[in-house]
Amino acid sequence: MLNLVVDGQPVQVEKGSTILQACEKMGIEVPTLCYLKHLAPEGACRICAVEVQGVKNLQFACAALCSEGMEVTTMNERIAGFRRIVIELLLANHDADCFSCPAVGSCELYKLAMDYGIEKSRFKRTKKPRPKDETSEFFNYDPAKCILCRRCVRTCNEIQSNRTLSLRDRGVRTSVSLPFGKVFKDSSCVSCGNCVSACPTGALTTKASKHYRSWELTRTRTTCPYCGVGCQMDLLVKEGKVVGVEPADGPANPGILCVKGKFAYRFIGHPDRLKTPLIRKDGVLSPASWDQALDYVAEGIKRIKEESGPQAIAGFASARATNEDNYVFMKMMRAAIGTNNVDHCARL
Amino acid sequence: MTNSISEVVDADVILVCGSNTTETHPVIGAQIRQAVNRGAKLIVADPREIPLAEEAEVFLPIRPGTNVALLNGMMNVIINEGLLDKEYVENRTEGFDELWEIVKEYTADKVGMICGIDPEDLKKAARLYATAERAPIFYAMGITQHTTGTAGVMSTANLALLCGKVGKYGCGVNPLRGQNNVQGACDMGCLPGDYTGYQKVANPEARAKFEAFWGVPLPSKPGLTITEILSGAETGDIRCLYIMGENPMVSDANLHHVEQALRRCELLIVQDIFLTETAELADVVLPAACYAEKEGTFTNTERRVQRIRAAVDAPGESREDWIILSEIMSRLGYENSFTSPREILEEIAQITPSYGGFSYDRLEKEQPQWPCPSPEHPGTPILHTAKFSRGERAIFKPSPYMPAAEQPDEHYPFILTTGRILYQYHTRTMTGKSDDINRIAGRSFVEIHPTDAAKKGIAQGDQVKVASRRGEVIVEARVTERVSEGVIFMPFHFAEAPANRLTNNVVDPISKIPEYKVCSAQVQAL
Repeated sequence: MLNLVVDGQPVQVEKGSTILQACEKMGIEVPTLCYLKHLAPEGACRICAVEVQGVKNLQFACAALCSEGMEVTTMNERIAGFRRIVIELLLANHDADCFSCPAVGSCELYKLAMDYGIEKSRFKRTKKPRPKDETSEFFNYDPAKCILCRRCVRTCNEIQSNRTLSLRDRGVRTSVSLPFGKVFKDSSCVSCGNCVSACPTGALTTKASKHYRSWELTRTRTTCPYCGVGCQMDLLVKEGKVVGVEPADGPANPGILCVKGKFAYRFIGHPDRLKTPLIRKDGVLSPASWDQALDYVAEGIKRIKEESGPQAIAGFASARATNEDNYVFMKMMRAAIGTNNVDHCARL
Repeated sequence: MTNSISEVVDADVILVCGSNTTETHPVIGAQIRQAVNRGAKLIVADPREIPLAEEAEVFLPIRPGTNVALLNGMMNVIINEGLLDKEYVENRTEGFDELWEIVKEYTADKVGMICGIDPEDLKKAARLYATAERAPIFYAMGITQHTTGTAGVMSTANLALLCGKVGKYGCGVNPLRGQNNVQGACDMGCLPGDYTGYQKVANPEARAKFEAFWGVPLPSKPGLTITEILSGAETGDIRCLYIMGENPMVSDANLHHVEQALRRCELLIVQDIFLTETAELADVVLPAACYAEKEGTFTNTERRVQRIRAAVDAPGESREDWIILSEIMSRLGYENSFTSPREILEEIAQITPSYGGFSYDRLEKEQPQWPCPSPEHPGTPILHTAKFSRGERAIFKPSPYMPAAEQPDEHYPFILTTGRILYQYHTRTMTGKSDDINRIAGRSFVEIHPTDAAKKGIAQGDQVKVASRRGEVIVEARVTERVSEGVIFMPFHFAEAPANRLTNNVVDPISKIPEYKVCSAQVQAL
């Protein structure tokens, strides 16, 4: 363990911890942009600058390691001034058309600018942004909003490990790009959307996000309903409708999802959902009340059980339903009907 | 899984056999690739050159249906070269002589012939796996969906035991369960011979416990499996079938047979969220709430119990499954006292030792893995660390290689194998409702090797007829070297051109799983 002092308070951290981790442990907020928990420290955006006593230059909290006896200051005039310049430099090349931006309300750059009292950058634009790429079925890329934090690039390479995104060119020409200058639709992109979830601004946004603002949403933590990995995720709900999904940091999913978890949610409120019980009458499935349908089922089961015994009845439970639903199904078959003829598609 | 998903990033060697992980379990696939980024070596055995094969140290493009020969061959090399974990075999296993008696026949040359692979690659794979410190095996339906599926599963366990890789961090035998809660449905006793937590129906003590707990006498004879139930429906022995949230009219083997069976049922009850192909045949359809509209728990492939929570209201009059079922139970004269899923989990925890430590309050804070017998128990990230379910020692269960039930012949010269694709899920009841998904992957296809395609006069994108002894479908041809010569592949998602009209419903004698992964087929240009 290492002992250090942050903003006058002593703290003990494990060897190998960054200054940012020490601050997190103490509940001291240090702003970040290029930092994401599961990515290797980058130190690219410089917004997390802090002072370390005895070191001339400002240090970057997300990348700098703690050492024994270190004394850290996370805020003073010098640090605030430095961070303001960083924000203004980023804003100089960032299209600030916030009114029409899908990221409004969730943009981390916007929040930082507000926190540091910056309404306008004093610097001139130095870059001509590349054209937008709206070819993905699921999301859009607007280079004019990109701040080159590389969260998307690193997520694609380090976490999703699909190696589709990279940076091209140098200096003011630097941009996020796909191999051979391709667009998303024609690339090796697997539409996982993890780059979109990682983007701090409106550079990468889901197509669906045009239809909601972040403050209109409620979020519900849940488990993905597709394969058996059990990814944790948040359902984004606006006016009683699921309008999007964001990955959570679950035991099985380090802050990522796949295309199905992230984007295949439209079945939830789909117009084709069954809304009423149906009973077959004259060969046609026709709407019925719950009492009619439940009586029909119960009477049919009773009759067949009387005539042929419980062994003439069988049930398929569901690998899609909850433990609780399956438990009650199994209990119904065994305790209420009296047969062990219960199985599900584990074999299929 | 014997081990936990997050361990894979620390692996030295990873054996992926019969799992197209980046498409079917993409988030585990990503973590396997993270391990490769960090220097882990990957061995992939699969009839198709799946995306993971591109980064494999050794890729073994085996003929469909030859898993057991492959695994026996690896064990043969490992024993012959003295690479087994002698101490582990000595102290923690039994039956080594019986294992050797069988695997000694499977020399690298012989296995090379059976599997259609280079014997040197087999040796390389065996050495890599055996000598690694941390080496998990991942498998999925590519191992299980065969008439020799049980032998395949046992053989993966034999291999891991032989190398001392069970009960250790970063190792294990790790089947990837295909559905969100297939693990949980098994755990909940939705199996003909098991109550919750694999307490056996045939065990009088277990039965007496459930009889006392539920207050009713229970049948002592294990029930029928899905495949047997469908056969029973066809002969009229099963007169009523209650299907909750499944779509056998697309997902089961030999659909013609499935349809006949369901049509013969006098009372077919289907409870689902959409009017599926199966619901269309029902006498009664009961509308259910989906996962986003209710409270509950799912158990993932690493035995971890996690919550789902209601985010929106269920549409129309649809109701949660457990409410519908409780209503029916009450009409049948059995009263449940449940008022919420929370209370149902309480009952499950009371009667199920491995789930004893789970409650909604605890799951808010942590999501342990079973076995978790008490509220104080931390859960079990790695199984079999000190002993096995059967006792101190695991037993080797070796099997000889048996060919698949159908072999290519003059009339049906191709081997058809089936699987999933990244963008669709199962019978598309859910994913098929997203237009963006469908624009990318909305239609079925058949993959065929360029040499075979040239012989048949088939070009990329042509409509072709694929037929087996059980039926035929018309699909688009994808000419690709992902499949070997003589092998064709179809995804099973698409009801419009269902691969399962072709698949063989012959089953493994023990697990009763159909042989989805191998049947004989013919392909014709239209």
